[in-house]
Amino acid sequence: MSLALEKPAPRVSSGSPMRRFSNLLYRKPNLYLALLLIPPLIWFGAIYLGSLLGLLWQGFYTFDDFTMAVTPDLTLANFAALFNPANFDIIVRTLTMAIAVSIASAALAFPIAYYMARYTTGKTKAFFYIAVMMPMWASYIVKAYAWTLLLAKGGVAQWFVQVLHLEPVLQFLLGIPGVGGSTLSTSHLGRFLVFVYIWLPFMILPIQASLERLPPSLLHASADLGATPRQTFMQVILPLSVPGIAAGSIFTFSLTLGDFIVPQLVGPPGYFIGGMVYAQQGAIGNMPMAAAFTLVPIVLIAIYLSIVKRLGAFDAL
Amino acid sequence: MTLAVQFTQVSRLFGEVKAVDRVSIDIQDGEFFSMLGPSGSGKTTCLRLIAGFEQPSAGSIRIHGAEAAGLPPYQRDVNTVFQDYALFPHMSVLDNVAYGLKVKGVGKQERHARAEEALSMVALGGYGSRKPVQLSGGQRQRVALARALVNRPRVLLLDEPLGALDLKLREQMQTELKKLQRQLGITFIFVTHDQTEALSMSDRVAVFNRGRIEQVDTPRNLYMKPATTFVAEFVGTSNVLRGDLAGQLSGSAQPFSIRPEHIRLGDSAVSGQVQVSGVLHDIQYQGSATRYELKLDNGQLLNVSQANTQWQADAAQLQPGQRLAAHWAREAMTPLQETVLGEGR
Repeated sequence: MSLALEKPAPRVSSGSPMRRFSNLLYRKPNLYLALLLIPPLIWFGAIYLGSLLGLLWQGFYTFDDFTMAVTPDLTLANFAALFNPANFDIIVRTLTMAIAVSIASAALAFPIAYYMARYTTGKTKAFFYIAVMMPMWASYIVKAYAWTLLLAKGGVAQWFVQVLHLEPVLQFLLGIPGVGGSTLSTSHLGRFLVFVYIWLPFMILPIQASLERLPPSLLHASADLGATPRQTFMQVILPLSVPGIAAGSIFTFSLTLGDFIVPQLVGPPGYFIGGMVYAQQGAIGNMPMAAAFTLVPIVLIAIYLSIVKRLGAFDAL
Repeated sequence: MTLAVQFTQVSRLFGEVKAVDRVSIDIQDGEFFSMLGPSGSGKTTCLRLIAGFEQPSAGSIRIHGAEAAGLPPYQRDVNTVFQDYALFPHMSVLDNVAYGLKVKGVGKQERHARAEEALSMVALGGYGSRKPVQLSGGQRQRVALARALVNRPRVLLLDEPLGALDLKLREQMQTELKKLQRQLGITFIFVTHDQTEALSMSDRVAVFNRGRIEQVDTPRNLYMKPATTFVAEFVGTSNVLRGDLAGQLSGSAQPFSIRPEHIRLGDSAVSGQVQVSGVLHDIQYQGSATRYELKLDNGQLLNVSQANTQWQADAAQLQPGQRLAAHWAREAMTPLQETVLGEGR
């Protein structure tokens, strides 16, 4: 190949500088690729990763409680403080919610995604896509506020429970420590419901995409080899949709870990990680502590991803 | 002789379209039976009706004497080799092959031993730990075959399994499939649109056209004695002569077929032979044979194929545009039933 290139080829057209430039790009595909990639790499590297690393670096700075001043003296005190009972509580609370929300979203999303992928075509499929995505068009804050009203004392949710005569059930659920609260809108349960509602589309779409890629002949092959529908589901459909469930749960898990608005509007008092970061860097001005808290979701998601990978979720990709 | 599969007046409708239209077939036990036809002719639907992926709109399907209509695929004693192989991408080759045994509750040790055995039967012993993506097309094909055969079905269905392979590999697999079928003695039902494949492998072939069966016969009879104009033109190359010309040559208004290799070029010396004349239109050298296109006086093109048996070049070279006679034996003509287009739609 290089031989052919070194031989002085007959010049078909020396042409304009633009022509020579495009010829150069054609002959050197690596240069072409570099020119295309450098701008997004600069954006991603400097602005995105750079600022994140800059933020985490500040986690090593010292915050003076008396003067409220930040000095660039490096210390591990902020990270050690994450393990104070008060701070550790926040982390556990957020993590528990993120796990619960991810599991519930997956359980709710799977049948919807399965129906969309396997039983709808044409207009019905378009309808489902719009139905799933439409809630995402509305402002997130508006939806969260709407839920505070829906779940409030005397709100729609409570009326609905009354009509169905399920008040004892609701009272029982609200009485469970760690789940309940005085009303739905101030309970962990209410907060959980709002989270599941808001993040559900992020779970439906990746599962739907993974089921869409499943060739129908695999299901036929399974039945042909003697598998009952239940066996086909457990042995073929579920394992092959795990990448979709994993992708969706990465959304629901990380979005719940970082959220600071829903916990503020719905549910009992007590910070989530996001709220704590917001409070530390805003009202308190303790940027190093906020930076230390920022590290928590990153580490948790890294751990989560490695568990998911170890379970073989990405093998079928 | 017991029947492996019996279709009695089976129809399958998709809305208005009759994919399969009142088809009756008897497939003998231990037979290599092919379903041949162009795409959309209903052959694959018939296969899916046997497998249970489709249910008939009317008629009865019996598999080894037992009525199968209404039974789901997992309650039928048949297995399928799929056109796209349909191997489970998340399982190893061994687990793929052992799948049928696993869902039937066969213990791990026994099913792995039997899967290994099936793999070595298709010359893939030792490939068990690989994933399907690590195999070539031909190897995947063999895994699909082993996966179906490990269940010891009484009927094996093959849905154009060789379609994705290149020519050399396809010919090799044809030989191996035929050998395997003889060795195992189970019924193979083979769907294909490739007529050479169907002719070379099968005991009997059913030719499908527009949801109906045109002819069921041995490969030799199908080629030498086609029953209809469709079969004559679909199986091999043929000259179908109709109308006045047919009447003039055969003495009957019925259309007839004459194979290109049964025609000789040049003047007929022997009496009792049929002779026509026309202008040489085109010559194609094809290696073992040369193909001539003769434009008859009524405008019809006649295909003539002459085997190149002389190792030296022919002295007399024919040129397009030349006027030429052609003749053939009266017995070589096969009277045909005209296939009425649009029937059954």
